[in-house]
Amino acid sequence: MSKIEIDKERCKGCALCTVSCPKEQIRIGKEINRQGYFYVVWDDNGSCTGCAICGEICPDVAIKVWKDK
Amino acid sequence: MELVFKRPECLIDVPFHFCPGCHHGIAHRLVAEAIDHFKIREKTIGVASVGCSVFMYDYFNIDVLEAPHGRASAVASGVKRAKKDAIVFTIQGDGDLGAIGIAEGIHTANRGENITLIFANNGIYGMTGGQMAPTTLLGQKTTTSPYGRDFTYDGYPIRMAEMMATLEGSAFVARVAVNNPGNLMKAKKAVRKAFQMQVEEMGFSFVEILMSCPTNWGLSSLEANRRVGEEMIPYFPLGILKERKMADYL
Amino acid sequence: MNNGFEKILVRGNEAVAMGAIDAGCLLFFGYPITPQNEIPEYLSKHLPPLGGEFIQAESEIASINLLLGASATGARAMSSSSSPGISLMQEGLSYMAGSELPVVIVNISRSGPGLGGISASQGDYFQATRGGGHGDYRMIVLAPSTVQEMYDLTCLAFDLSDKYRNPAMILGDALIGQMKEPLIRQKPEKMDLPPKDWALTGARGRKPNKIKSLYLQEGELTEHNWKLYQKYERMKKEEVRFETVNAEDARFVIVAFGSMARVSKTAMEMAREEGMKVGLFRPITLFPYPEKGLHDISKQVKKFLTVELNTGQMVEDVKLSVDRDAQVYFYGKPPGALPPPEEILEEIKKYY
Repeated sequence: MSKIEIDKERCKGCALCTVSCPKEQIRIGKEINRQGYFYVVWDDNGSCTGCAICGEICPDVAIKVWKDK
Repeated sequence: MELVFKRPECLIDVPFHFCPGCHHGIAHRLVAEAIDHFKIREKTIGVASVGCSVFMYDYFNIDVLEAPHGRASAVASGVKRAKKDAIVFTIQGDGDLGAIGIAEGIHTANRGENITLIFANNGIYGMTGGQMAPTTLLGQKTTTSPYGRDFTYDGYPIRMAEMMATLEGSAFVARVAVNNPGNLMKAKKAVRKAFQMQVEEMGFSFVEILMSCPTNWGLSSLEANRRVGEEMIPYFPLGILKERKMADYL
Repeated sequence: MNNGFEKILVRGNEAVAMGAIDAGCLLFFGYPITPQNEIPEYLSKHLPPLGGEFIQAESEIASINLLLGASATGARAMSSSSSPGISLMQEGLSYMAGSELPVVIVNISRSGPGLGGISASQGDYFQATRGGGHGDYRMIVLAPSTVQEMYDLTCLAFDLSDKYRNPAMILGDALIGQMKEPLIRQKPEKMDLPPKDWALTGARGRKPNKIKSLYLQEGELTEHNWKLYQKYERMKKEEVRFETVNAEDARFVIVAFGSMARVSKTAMEMAREEGMKVGLFRPITLFPYPEKGLHDISKQVKKFLTVELNTGQMVEDVKLSVDRDAQVYFYGKPPGALPPPEEILEEIKKYY
């Protein structure tokens, strides 16, 4: 299945990815990273299509995306 | 499983200093992707203007030169005049280009300097803490327009892309935004097109990118992102304003 | 003919342009302003056939920044202007000193302050020798007093600016810029200079180069300022140039540079004819100032007359240089009128 990987230390909790993911799979987490930001987490329910919108919209290049061909 | 999205090679793997939700990081990545796409990293020279984008030399894996505030387009032109085979670009903010550097910007375009100018328009002075900029909207409150921008004192927000498009020397002029996936894809194409124009020596290329500034707009990153669409785009319409098909002087 | 080089009658400004070309400078960015226009005019004609680039920019501010970009690639590049234009360039010069960029700037001074006039003046001495822009830096400042020196010192300026990675200024004036004199256009032999591996050429096969003057990390800027300071100290040791005439047996020495040294020389000769032992000390480098040269002379000579085309600027450096027991007199002529030698002779007689 397609998947994403969030670099939790680079995330600044801006949440742009949470409103952009077509499958609404990303949300602000409950834990903070070293910088004190609530980093986002990915609720993998198998519906990720690897569209990479989250990666594109992230201002901090904190998300990698794999697509299942 | 194929890795379809990762950090461009030309973008050094270090954290950005930009505020959460600031679109500068996206702009930097779009430029880096364009440089990777045309495989020109080893001959690209960046010119850092003075503003939030001043730390370009920490982020791009290329030679970078720092320009005085407002003069990046002239400095970039000087680099290109001295080194024709280099790919030269600069990222200037609305204060750097729209205020102090507007003369240099206009004459760089008018001379058709074969460089790429990325104009980061967030309608405010970010680095210095939120003062009014030439693209601050009417009525918008800033630290130096506390009662809201009033044209009788502060004039009107300047539409830079339209201005650049009137100059014969401009080969490619576009205004884009990155506030939603659709706009972002168009922005990616426009930035790539701008670098393509330079690679093909078509002349001056200019991309104005509307950006949010959550910290100095006093909004959350999501509210700021929405404001780009609701308030900035209506006054600064998106689109390709000029695209020279074939170099006149070929 | 002079050892294979023809002697040509040339205007001072053109001699500067020829010197730049012969020093391998193929890039010029400038803006029209009297009395230096012959420099851009000459180069706009002669650079293109050599594959060079001549750009008339929209202002002196644009010119100095085009220059900053060009010199960052390691190419030899130059700009020229006159007093008001040089004032507009000061920020750029400060950036170049801070970024350690070699560049040559020519100031064919006119009279000030403000719009002033277009006649010769030495009123830019402080601006030139004390850095001129913001921050703690200096420029190498060379003061030609003949058309030949306009050529020779321009060539030298390129070598020195490369040697020290620092802006170098030719401080001429309307008189020397506009006058015509014979010139022997003989290319100086190349000074051996370090390679420019700092230059921005595209990061191929090496780590990226950064050229900047912003230092925000703790202590970085302090260290950088001391590094620049050491550079200026080295200039003071190695690059001082001056000329003395009849100083060996002199009891009285005139100190003057540039066009005023010419007038003073005539006055000195007139004084000699009247039996007065007068000498001339002519600084060629205004920075680094020839302090030691003057100090040595002041061990015997106790009377100095500084002659300037302003109301007193270099006279301060003369006072700083000479022995405490030496007397420094001053004869200044604010721009607009040139003092004839007779006037200076009168001053000599007053204090001799």
